[in-house]
Amino acid sequence: MGDFTPDELMTVTAARCVGNDDVCFVGIGLPSAACNLARLTHAPAITLIYESGTINTRPNVLPLSIGDGELCATALTTVSVPQFFRYWLQSGRITVGFLGAAQIDRFANINTTVVGSYASPSVRLPGAGGAPEMAAACQRIFIVMPQSKRAMVEQLDFVTSVGHGTGGGSRVQQGLTTAGPVKVITDLCVMEPDTITRELTVTSVHPGVTRDKIQAATAWPIRFAGQLSDTPAPSANELAVLRRLKAETEKAHKGTD
Amino acid sequence: MAVFCSLKEAIADAVTDGDVVAMEGFTHLIPFAAGHEVIRQGRRDLTLVRMTPDLIYDQLIGAGCAAKLVFSWGGNPGVGSLHRLRDAVENGWPRPLAIEEYSHAAMANAYDAGAAHLPFAAYRGSPGDLAKVNQNFRTVTCPFTGEILTAVPAMRPDVTIIHAQRADREGNVLIDGILGVQKEALLAAKRSVVTVEEVVETFDGSPANACILPRWTVGAIAVVPRGAFPSYAYGYYRRNNAFYLAWDAIARDRQTFSRWIEENVMNPGSGIRDAGSVHG
Repeated sequence: MGDFTPDELMTVTAARCVGNDDVCFVGIGLPSAACNLARLTHAPAITLIYESGTINTRPNVLPLSIGDGELCATALTTVSVPQFFRYWLQSGRITVGFLGAAQIDRFANINTTVVGSYASPSVRLPGAGGAPEMAAACQRIFIVMPQSKRAMVEQLDFVTSVGHGTGGGSRVQQGLTTAGPVKVITDLCVMEPDTITRELTVTSVHPGVTRDKIQAATAWPIRFAGQLSDTPAPSANELAVLRRLKAETEKAHKGTD
Repeated sequence: MAVFCSLKEAIADAVTDGDVVAMEGFTHLIPFAAGHEVIRQGRRDLTLVRMTPDLIYDQLIGAGCAAKLVFSWGGNPGVGSLHRLRDAVENGWPRPLAIEEYSHAAMANAYDAGAAHLPFAAYRGSPGDLAKVNQNFRTVTCPFTGEILTAVPAMRPDVTIIHAQRADREGNVLIDGILGVQKEALLAAKRSVVTVEEVVETFDGSPANACILPRWTVGAIAVVPRGAFPSYAYGYYRRNNAFYLAWDAIARDRQTFSRWIEENVMNPGSGIRDAGSVHG
């Protein structure tokens, strides 16, 4: 097994979460890399949808933006943005959504809006985009983000998208009928919500990572599952496909016209 | 009813200080040339509405045209922050900017209701803390099932500005590719300006379900080839991703930004939309 970066391990681990039967709401960046890696390896029949309304898209290079022409040119059909959110997302047709976050708490609620106070933030982040309704309407949510104390916080500065609320039955009490976040994949480990409390619990540890390292990168006292797995390393084929996809993408994004 | 005129006339007639202006286009067909004309004409106190502010609103905000921004995702897609937007929100430069913030689904539904001339839109989903900072998030109870839904007021801009591939001689407008919310935004507005790549004789031969805005729904039309640069026009030119990457450094510094606006926007002969130009 050759060397791989933490980013590559995160992408491959995320890709392995989806299969041929999934209909994925795909966001830009790591989720887009993961979903297309799945499509180019173990899940050739997977359905990818971007919020620009491009349905069943099969991009040859990863888009820089959610509405790149590549997505439309390789899609089965393209619908308007209101139609996407009403007919396709809200209806519950999408099985899997990937989200990233600047901050996450122990119940997998996420913040992509501000660091600091809303009125005078220390960092103004991009905001909600499609995330709140995605977190509400996709059948399952995977969250992918690097692990650090700044990101895995005791208390969110702003709740942009509701995960498991205040834990326990809180999500259901808020009228949310979908499963919500089922896995958080970081560069150190995989976490899953506890079946009763819904608190994020480490279930799988990446190669070469220690429990201390995970705790040191988490602001709350992190729980570990009784039966802890080792995250499998990326295969040679997965790495080769991912690297080829990234190289072709980088080449395409440097082009001007 | 559609009237063909120059971009300068179209903007001068449609946009006045203090207006609520929506310039839509979801990555695709972003009306950059029209936005630059708004900057050149020195409009002030605008409420700028756009789901994804993108570089064009970074430029309008940095140039001091806006008093308020209504939006749902404010970044440079795949690149990072909109530095002029952040400087306005975090430091009040060049002037304080009020913000009214939504999610994409909220705004898309609000435009949809606006196009239908309905007073509000209802949908399912929790707005999270957005409901604490934007009083326009309310709830409504379904009269049939009792389900509680999220409600937002309809979006009805004073002016909507969009870019499209083609108009025909009569002034009908055709949009092809990623459609975004342009049709809804235009039908929701009191006035509208459409820039197009070209004028063709007729739309004969286009698919029966093509996205066409009939001329009697359209205001001014100005022919501006490459008017969406550095975003793209499907079938005409590709998105200039290199410019989006270069913008990060241009916008990061106030002086570099101001010089860029002076050289590329205030000077109409700058050739900014020439093929491949970056003008970083």
